[in-house]
Amino acid sequence: MAQGKYKVVQGPEAYFPPAAAIMGVTLPDAGDAIAEGEIVPESSAVELIARKLKEAKNPVICPGPLIVWQWSDDASPKAAAVKELAEACKAKILPMQDYRAKRINPAAEISPNHPNVTILHNEIDVCVFVGVHSHFENVALRLIRGGTNCYTIALSEYAASDEAMISLRDAGVEKIKEIIKILKET
Amino acid sequence: MNTDTVSKQKTTSISAGEMLLKTARNRAFITGSEAVAEAVRRANVDMAIAYPITPQSESMHLIGDLYAQGHIKDYYRAENEFAVMAAIHGASLGGGRVFTATSGPGTLRAMEMFPVWAGSRQPIVCAFMCRGVALPPSIQPETIEIAFLLDTGMMIFHAENAQDYFDMILAGYAIAEQPEVHIPVGVFADGFFVTHTREVVMLPPDDLRLDAYNCDLAPIPPFDMEHAPIRMVRDPLLNKSNFVSYAASGGWHLEVLAAAERARKHINHYMGGLIEVENPDAKVMIVASGTAVSQSREAIRVMSQQGMTDVGLIKVKSIRPFPEKEIEQATAKASLILVPEFNAGGWLAREVKASIDNNKRVVAGPRVFGGASLPSEVIIGEIKKHQY
Repeated sequence: MAQGKYKVVQGPEAYFPPAAAIMGVTLPDAGDAIAEGEIVPESSAVELIARKLKEAKNPVICPGPLIVWQWSDDASPKAAAVKELAEACKAKILPMQDYRAKRINPAAEISPNHPNVTILHNEIDVCVFVGVHSHFENVALRLIRGGTNCYTIALSEYAASDEAMISLRDAGVEKIKEIIKILKET
Repeated sequence: MNTDTVSKQKTTSISAGEMLLKTARNRAFITGSEAVAEAVRRANVDMAIAYPITPQSESMHLIGDLYAQGHIKDYYRAENEFAVMAAIHGASLGGGRVFTATSGPGTLRAMEMFPVWAGSRQPIVCAFMCRGVALPPSIQPETIEIAFLLDTGMMIFHAENAQDYFDMILAGYAIAEQPEVHIPVGVFADGFFVTHTREVVMLPPDDLRLDAYNCDLAPIPPFDMEHAPIRMVRDPLLNKSNFVSYAASGGWHLEVLAAAERARKHINHYMGGLIEVENPDAKVMIVASGTAVSQSREAIRVMSQQGMTDVGLIKVKSIRPFPEKEIEQATAKASLILVPEFNAGGWLAREVKASIDNNKRVVAGPRVFGGASLPSEVIIGEIKKHQY
């Protein structure tokens, strides 16, 4: 049950941070987004994402299985848009190619089972999750804010992520292009 | 909107919102078991698996009839309740919309599977027709099995009557299948009182059914070894790995509980709230779920005839997620809070006590069990003992 207003902000927050939803953070309806636990207009969240990426020293985009693999016809154009986004903000790409419990090379990929290893190894100050199934997205993002000071952004497939510091819902190609446009204009 | 031919009957698929909130309904005089089958008829279920136990058996017989009529793609009788719940889990992991039901000892026999359903984020809908579970044996109505399921990670809805049972099963699919929720739901009713008595139930036309379940919206990939691109799910499900941190494993559990929290707005939308309140300013509030609500309502009617009008009622429809805030607000003016229950443990009273300030106001009873009924006079007597 919520005890006052809970903010989803940069960590490290705790050994075992609470779930934002249990602390009373709610998800946005269509047309809105979520920023640091507050519902905000989607347009302002898009601007905030662009600003965070612009200001980042070491931004990293973590594309998940929904766009790393060709599940559907939507995957390829979205993957192309994400690549364009990475180029626009000079971000590295470290994929979350699957969710299996396995040894990883933290210089090359990120795992939902110990994502903080990749964040700390690469000194990532802003990361963007995109194309990650929301269960694994939330588990990983909570671990990151629990144990690192990385600023987290989620371009979520359907509902937004209440565990990210900023998240867009239904984040398809058009919304990614909006972020790219602002990045290129500023 | 799509049309499809099920058996000889042409059906039309519609959204859950249209089915539950917009479609005109027709009057039927049916049992609770028949109401369950009528819900499944309209739910576009892919697979149902049965194992008999009183008082649940009749509902799964009727659902077998639906299979014979072509309304369900697959149906069989499993070896026992554990086998039912394990197999229905597999069907759900494979991307199907599924249904099953059980009662009392069957619930306990299958117990291991319920947190597995929740942990694997499957939107399974299971009807529980509550009965006694202990020695001395009782097949009579009792709600103790709900206590065992409170912390499995499942959502738990408690129907007062056959109408609730019908609506909550359909709403259960709508809520459980939301991408940010996607956990199982147990829809409970008190055995015999609800399952074996006829009452008026308002039903949408039987040529309507819910839109098909789309497993691509799930928060995890479907468990399909033959589907590209990769064996995605198996290892994290087994989870015994040096490469899963304890923090991730714990965070996974937390995510299941978070998913239930995210269900609240959908419960409000599809079920009209987690609770219903009558006479919210009353000094005496009765908090009840299931058929204890009906008995409490009758007690309030009798007391009102006797000039005692300062008694209100809180009907708790959702046990998980639990309506802490709603109950706190609805009992703010009450000096006495009575929690009548059909079980020996008093789990609902414990939940209420944990949710409100000044919980010395809570009287954990009257409680009946072992097959006893709960006459309204017993509730009235308890109120008079403490207040009037």
